[in-house]
Amino acid sequence: MEESGLSISADSIRVTEVTEDGDALIFTITSQKLNSDVGVCVCRTFEDFEWLQQSLFSQEDVPGLQGVIFPPLPGKPLSSPQSQAQAKALKQLGFLALGDDWKSYCKALEIYLQQVANHSTLSKNKALESLLTNSEPPGKQRVHKGIFSRLSQAVGELRKENHKDLDDFFQNERNNNLSMTQFSKTATEKFLEVVLSEQKLAVACGHLSTSLHLCVNQEGSDAGNFSKICMKLSEVIDAVKRNFEKVADNNLSTLGLGLDMEYRGQEAKKDMLFRRTCKLVELETAVKNAEKAKPNKKAIMEEVKKVVEKDFDQISSIAKEEIGCFNKCKVTLLRSSLVDWCEKQLHTAREDHELFSRQLEACEQLCVTESTENRIE
Amino acid sequence: MAAEMEPPPLGDAEQTDFREVEDGEDLFVSTVTTLESSPSSPPEPASLPAEDVSVNSNGPKPAEIILDDDPEDLFAEATEEVSLDSPEREPILSDGPSPAITPVTPTVMITPRIEPAMFDHSPEEEEEEEEENGDTFDMNISVSDPEKVGDGMNAYMAYRVTTKTSLRIFDRGEFSVKRRFSDFLGLHSKLASKYLHIGYIVPPAPEKSIVGMTKVKVGKDDSSSTEFVEKRRSALERYLMRTVKHPTLLNDTDVQQFLENTELPRAVSTQALSGAGILRMVNKAADAVNKMTIKMNESDAWFEEKQQQFENLDAQLRKLHASVESLVCHRKELSFNTASFAKSAAMLGNSEDHTALSRALSQLAEVEEKIDQLHQDQAYADFYLFSELVGDYVRLLTAVKGVFDQRMKTWSKWQDAQVMLQRKREAEAKLQYANKPDKLQQAKDEIKEEIVEWEGKVEQGEREFEQISKTIRKEVGRFEKERVKDFKVVIIKYLESLVSTQQQLIKYWEAFLPEAKAIA
Repeated sequence: MEESGLSISADSIRVTEVTEDGDALIFTITSQKLNSDVGVCVCRTFEDFEWLQQSLFSQEDVPGLQGVIFPPLPGKPLSSPQSQAQAKALKQLGFLALGDDWKSYCKALEIYLQQVANHSTLSKNKALESLLTNSEPPGKQRVHKGIFSRLSQAVGELRKENHKDLDDFFQNERNNNLSMTQFSKTATEKFLEVVLSEQKLAVACGHLSTSLHLCVNQEGSDAGNFSKICMKLSEVIDAVKRNFEKVADNNLSTLGLGLDMEYRGQEAKKDMLFRRTCKLVELETAVKNAEKAKPNKKAIMEEVKKVVEKDFDQISSIAKEEIGCFNKCKVTLLRSSLVDWCEKQLHTAREDHELFSRQLEACEQLCVTESTENRIE
Repeated sequence: MAAEMEPPPLGDAEQTDFREVEDGEDLFVSTVTTLESSPSSPPEPASLPAEDVSVNSNGPKPAEIILDDDPEDLFAEATEEVSLDSPEREPILSDGPSPAITPVTPTVMITPRIEPAMFDHSPEEEEEEEEENGDTFDMNISVSDPEKVGDGMNAYMAYRVTTKTSLRIFDRGEFSVKRRFSDFLGLHSKLASKYLHIGYIVPPAPEKSIVGMTKVKVGKDDSSSTEFVEKRRSALERYLMRTVKHPTLLNDTDVQQFLENTELPRAVSTQALSGAGILRMVNKAADAVNKMTIKMNESDAWFEEKQQQFENLDAQLRKLHASVESLVCHRKELSFNTASFAKSAAMLGNSEDHTALSRALSQLAEVEEKIDQLHQDQAYADFYLFSELVGDYVRLLTAVKGVFDQRMKTWSKWQDAQVMLQRKREAEAKLQYANKPDKLQQAKDEIKEEIVEWEGKVEQGEREFEQISKTIRKEVGRFEKERVKDFKVVIIKYLESLVSTQQQLIKYWEAFLPEAKAIA
């Protein structure tokens, strides 16, 4: 039975703001109805998103569902950023925990929703429509957790990860994915360290600027000049501080987010490939069983084998499509992150070059006039 | 390159239109007169025979006069407490005459034997000449080519000290000698013992560092030893420049010999654990006690104000120094993290199948590496421009405070002399009513002699007190001017480095943008 498609235009979906309600965070999602000016606005909590994700996992009657690369949902946000919670949030969410007012996190949620809404199969799920348009939140509807919410966590299954593939294409994909997952994780973590250092530098500049400010209170003409210089220097350091804040912000909102998405995307792809591999193992087992079956069980085993084989083939074909899509999307996403990042940093560099140049001129003027005054005395 | 403090990349910054910096490299522009003026300073009284002074030392030692009463003054009046952190920073003053005995230096100001009237002339004269000559202090000293001499624990670093000048007190326009660290300490020690107690702010020498030097001696060729040597080289250079910018010190023969003579007698009393070292420690303790018990009647509000100001400034500068050090530290951390990220981006680029994306990621890695280099350069600037400057001033302030303490001591001596005089007079009065006629006349004569002696000492005490007060006023004025100049130079250099960094960043980003956009 064909479900009616999403009534919302995928690209219009925005997660515009976050409000804190006690311990919970409430996200405001706005979107536009397809082919119309009508806007929709709803408020949702993280649990609502989780509900959507689970609903997607546990769809029935979708052939080859396991071959779908599910758009990754960001981790659970811990509200109220006190220092210990902050450290924990950083560990769990990485870049998404940084920035003011959960800006990056909201962007990540937005991208998630857009990816689901743009997915040919997933967008048809009623849960998405409900999440985006219903005035009532999905509430505490418990969803039967699909068998593959995070298969990679199933310890016993992990040994299957290295199972050799029949198909070269998939074997290559698996190999490539393994290294990409690892490298993108490392790159994201290292970049996070860079951003944190920049933020710490900004704070240190703030302290320095204050210390310089405190040197300003001396009497007498030469001491007065010294005060002036300390003030100037304090202003300069302040500008340096703001520069670092901007640079860090640019980093985390563009490339940081991009790397984070890349990493989580690769993880989602890894999950899918793993599911397929598990199915492959299942298939090979079924084939063996069918061959070894005693005549009375043979027919049943053959049936089983056929079902698994059909399933596996469907999964593989969907997977191929998904991988093609995924690779394209990933390139687009990274490209826009890189371009965005570069443009923002370029803009900041130009701005601050201008600012520092003006301050330099002002200082030179100050020094020249003072020395002229001194000579006249 | 003479007296270059900034790292090479900073040299790329456009020469700013900062008129005071004549040749673009002279960091320490000063309005101090060229010393050609000194021969033209008021004629010394012919009564200043060379033997007067050279008997004991090549510098003024008013302490000789009152030696009997104040045995502590035999040794260094060590009041420069350089307490930044390391415990080895003990001021080291010469005990007694320095080995290189030289004829008296011509500048009038140093010799207290001259009538007070003479002192009134010279300061003003000096000032007039300053105004005439403007910034023609033409002298540049560079410390370079650190070279390890010897092996093992007896090894030491020798530095080349090159002087370029057109001042006529020197025979040549350019000359260079080899010096080791203890030579610098020896120089400072001599200068301090000659000038501190009459109120001159003698720039402190760089600190000893047992840890740092041991690493170098042992032959550790890693970045921390090279950093240490560079830090020390720079500090020695700044020390010498500060010293010669002081007109009085520039005229001192010890300074000139230090710069010119190929061979210099080894300064041995600078060793930390020598007998002299221990004596110094004992005397510092005695000094500290003395300081606490001198309660001075300050008649001049200027001194009280200034002392308070310097106390405040000291606290502020220390705090500032800590903040700058923190900045340097964080910047180094950022540099490390940036390099680390660059590597991981390169690996990511290598694994990427998509050609354009892979290329862009590799470019990203390169950009980040270049940015790392910028961070390192900036950290270098932070440190050498900022941190060391503030540190230098914290150490200078201890010299300033020391000079104020000396004034207190001088006052105290004067007061003590007055007390003695009073006692002698009282003793004389008592003698009038004594009834031992045979001894009376002799005693009366003795007392009269002593009274004359003490009257002399009181006069001298007062003179010295006034002189040191005058000198200090002048020195403080000079100190504050120099401070303003130094900080001005630094702020300009720092801003130049900031502008240059942003310029570079713009170049890098402009180069990267098309690569990013080319991803299809």
